[in-house]
Amino acid sequence: MSASTHMSSRLAGWLPRLVVAPSLLIVIVTVYLFILWTGVISVTSSKFVPTYDFVGLDQYVRLWATPRWHTAVANLFIFSVLFLALSTGLGLLLAILLDQNIRVEGALRAIYLYPMALSFIVTGTAWKWIMNPGLGIQKVVTDLGWTTFRFDWITDPQMAIYTVVVAGVWQSSGFAMAIFLAGLRGIDNSVIKAAQIEGASLPLIYRQIIIPMLRPAMLSVIVLLSYIAIKSFDLVLALTNGGPGTATELPSTFMFSATFRRNQMGVGAASAMMMLMTVAAIIIPYLYSELREQKNG
Amino acid sequence: MAEALSRSGKARLGRMVVYGCLIVVALVYLMPLWVMVVTSLKPLDEIYSGSFIGLPKVLTFDAWRAAWSEACIGTECTGLKPYFVNSLLMVIPAVVLSTGIGAINGYILTKWKFPGANFVFGLLLFGCFLPYQAILIPMARTLGLLGLAGSIPGLVAVHASYGICFTTLFFRNYFVSLPDELTKAAMVDGAGFFRIFWSVILPTSIPIIVVSCIWQFTQIWNDFLFGVSFTSGSNSPITVALNNIVNVTTGRKQYNVDMAAAMIAAIPTLVVYIVAGRYFVRGLTAGAVKG
Amino acid sequence: MSTLEIDRVRKAYGQLEVLKEVSISIGTGDFLVLLGPSGCGKSTLLNMIAGLETITGGEIRIAGKTVNHLSPKDRDIAMVFQSYALYPTMTVRQNIEFGMKIRRIARADRDKAVKTASDLLQITHLLNRKPSQLSGGQRQRVAMGRAIVREPKLFLFDEPLSNLDAKLRVDMRTEIKRLHARLGTTIVYVTHDQIEAMTLATRVAVMKDGVVQQLGDPQAVYDRPANVYVARFVGSPAMNIVPAVLEVEGTTATAVVDVARRPAARIGGISLSVEGLRRYAGEKVLVGIRPENFSIASAATGPSLTVDFDVVEPTGPDTLAVFQLGGVEVTARLPPRQAHARREAALAVDTTKIVLFDSETETRID
Ligand SMILES: Nc1ncnc2c1ncn2[C@@H]1O[C@H](COP(=O)(O)OP(=O)(O)OP(=O)(O)O)[C@@H](O)[C@H]1O
Ligand SMILES: [Mg+2]
Repeated sequence: MSASTHMSSRLAGWLPRLVVAPSLLIVIVTVYLFILWTGVISVTSSKFVPTYDFVGLDQYVRLWATPRWHTAVANLFIFSVLFLALSTGLGLLLAILLDQNIRVEGALRAIYLYPMALSFIVTGTAWKWIMNPGLGIQKVVTDLGWTTFRFDWITDPQMAIYTVVVAGVWQSSGFAMAIFLAGLRGIDNSVIKAAQIEGASLPLIYRQIIIPMLRPAMLSVIVLLSYIAIKSFDLVLALTNGGPGTATELPSTFMFSATFRRNQMGVGAASAMMMLMTVAAIIIPYLYSELREQKNG
Repeated sequence: MAEALSRSGKARLGRMVVYGCLIVVALVYLMPLWVMVVTSLKPLDEIYSGSFIGLPKVLTFDAWRAAWSEACIGTECTGLKPYFVNSLLMVIPAVVLSTGIGAINGYILTKWKFPGANFVFGLLLFGCFLPYQAILIPMARTLGLLGLAGSIPGLVAVHASYGICFTTLFFRNYFVSLPDELTKAAMVDGAGFFRIFWSVILPTSIPIIVVSCIWQFTQIWNDFLFGVSFTSGSNSPITVALNNIVNVTTGRKQYNVDMAAAMIAAIPTLVVYIVAGRYFVRGLTAGAVKG
Repeated sequence: MSTLEIDRVRKAYGQLEVLKEVSISIGTGDFLVLLGPSGCGKSTLLNMIAGLETITGGEIRIAGKTVNHLSPKDRDIAMVFQSYALYPTMTVRQNIEFGMKIRRIARADRDKAVKTASDLLQITHLLNRKPSQLSGGQRQRVAMGRAIVREPKLFLFDEPLSNLDAKLRVDMRTEIKRLHARLGTTIVYVTHDQIEAMTLATRVAVMKDGVVQQLGDPQAVYDRPANVYVARFVGSPAMNIVPAVLEVEGTTATAVVDVARRPAARIGGISLSVEGLRRYAGEKVLVGIRPENFSIASAATGPSLTVDFDVVEPTGPDTLAVFQLGGVEVTARLPPRQAHARREAALAVDTTKIVLFDSETETRID
């Protein structure tokens, strides 16, 4: 009897590991093994289907010699910087304004955040229509008598990438607002009261005390928005389909069209690896610091 | 006294500015939704005659009917209906699977910690931030090998797999705050691994189950990349079908049908957001706010 | 009801040794209190008795049977936790019944057990409530009810009163004592509150850094602490530990103590074993004097020492007077209204209660 309970308690010790094992296996295969696989494909000459002949870094060389990839990287840079700056700024502003004992706060918050519930495809579709030069905003304003008003960015290769920024900010700034608001609510009120008693004005309190205290929230917002920016794909596809021409190409759309439309699987894999490395460079230090803080805290 | 008065006057002005800003921004945020709705309710002629932002002069649901059951996606003119069904068939099993697995993972990673449990969590966590382009090609090949290419069950498997990362994060962060003494008490009471999960832990986790389901539902319903990469034709989810409708280039562009179709694709997640917004926000911020 | 033997038990988390060769054994019906500061390993030891932590080395026997490899449910124990750990989604009745349900005890028997326990603890009117609708004291009772219905060989309590307010804590303490008297079950009780230990225990184990410092009945631990650590930990205000030099004359010893701004004081008539007298003659020692062993000197009390009170704190039943002795701060517990700050006073010491400690090892000298 003692031996059998001994056995069963040994089994009980293994049970949790046994139950979590399938999930772990799935993730190891579908995340880490697949990444490795993509990495392998990126050093082969694969075109329509994978071929496993080692060609070294040829595909990376080809990738970086492709003007279209340069456009994509430049666009990602413009898009990320503007998207991050505007979403963060707007999100922070809205959060601070909402934190002033606003009576209809719940409703306003819901309005700022609802775009986040929409598919990027829906967002793209809506904004494509809004920015339609013939029938959209431009038409409304010219009809109001402002006949020289032009808002035709979506058909202008120079400006098209900014339409993606506009739609992206509309969709994601509420998200930044939500995180900042949670951060603001976590700040101890007595700090603010103490500063007020010392005679600090409200803007000063925000600049000197509160916003610095939002650093953890700021870090989260920046990291998560960068991640959204790098993987943005559906938005561009629905809004501009990468056009006009290749004016709004991003690495994500480049990878997709290289792989599935232009039969350059090797180049596609190489571009995917570039994206992965960028994300990893941002996310891994972030996760590391978050987890370490958790352990200490 | 006078100073106090003028100061309160200044304060009132300040508050008006605050409210003004908030309301203007709110109107801007609502504008696209408004435009979508009114456009979808207008006849095409009215749209082409230049009515963009105003209420429809003639109210018609023709565009909605067209988008739902007549619009052409590729060569098939079935409307969005079958694709809506596809998305449902994809989203429901994927949500149930990933939430269930995430719940039990979170339970193990907090209440039955084994050496290396934190490392396992780290491995799963990175999966939340994976740019899916990096696994697109191998996944397409694997689905092909498994005979799941282009099928709804294939999509369910993909979404459930990557969903596990998020759901495990949700449940783990939730269960961390449940006292360990609860499981210990149940162990002393004689309950085993599954019994504790089922009778003690799960009944306390309704809120996080809701968060997980809503998050997964929104993510999977709104997905486009996996849909467009791994399915084609009549097996596509609704986002892919919507994109096809909108990108039709032949004939006179039916903006009202486009908008109605976009609304149809958006309604399920919007409804979820309106009904359970609180839980939606919690899911959204879970990636940022550590447990 | 049964005996419990903890035999050279060790616990390590990797390199970190949390318990070092702990040995405690108690008899049937004993009330053992594990007393020690936060982090000394009390809960760890209790969890090992319960089977919630693995045992790195040594043996634990309940009723003579080794339980090292038994899971908690096979050890026939019940446990009450600091946070009570009531199942939040179950009613009080379901909470109490849960363990019996798992053991497949028949409905009628379950009802009877719940009734007996809830009558005993006066929680019958609460049976259909959820834990969130209960007060702290009521939760505490439910947690005890959950333990009682099991009729275990051994009750384990992990700081069960520390979440209650001061008044309720005293009431529940009495109630636990009454319960022990009625049920007679062997109990292991963890606390860092020395008053709880004194009032409840039949045996106290004082722990520090994973080592048992002293095991004995509460009065013995109070009167004859094994070392300076135990002396300071048990009793409030703590025992005064005063450096002194020992002078030996015949069969008694005299402690010579510096007094601030005065000639050295002599506390004589301390009895010590022959061995002790020989070894510590002329040596530095630490003199342990409980605050209540000071009194205002009178003709009846014999020799006295003269000191200056720095601070005087009336507590109601008596007054605490603080002064300098042997270069350290010393507290005396005196009758009310007899001490005044910044005044000189003559104090007598009850030398039969004095305990001496080695100044190096800080262990008691007998
Ligand atoms: N899982 C663990 N891994 C490493 N160290 C641990 C672990 N659990 C406990 N410890 C350490 O063991 C020591 C004893 O912990 P234990 O919980 O037994 O203390 P305690 O005496 O009950 O204190 P308290 O009065 O605060 O409850 C502590 O120093 C603690 O940090
Ligand atoms: Mg403890």
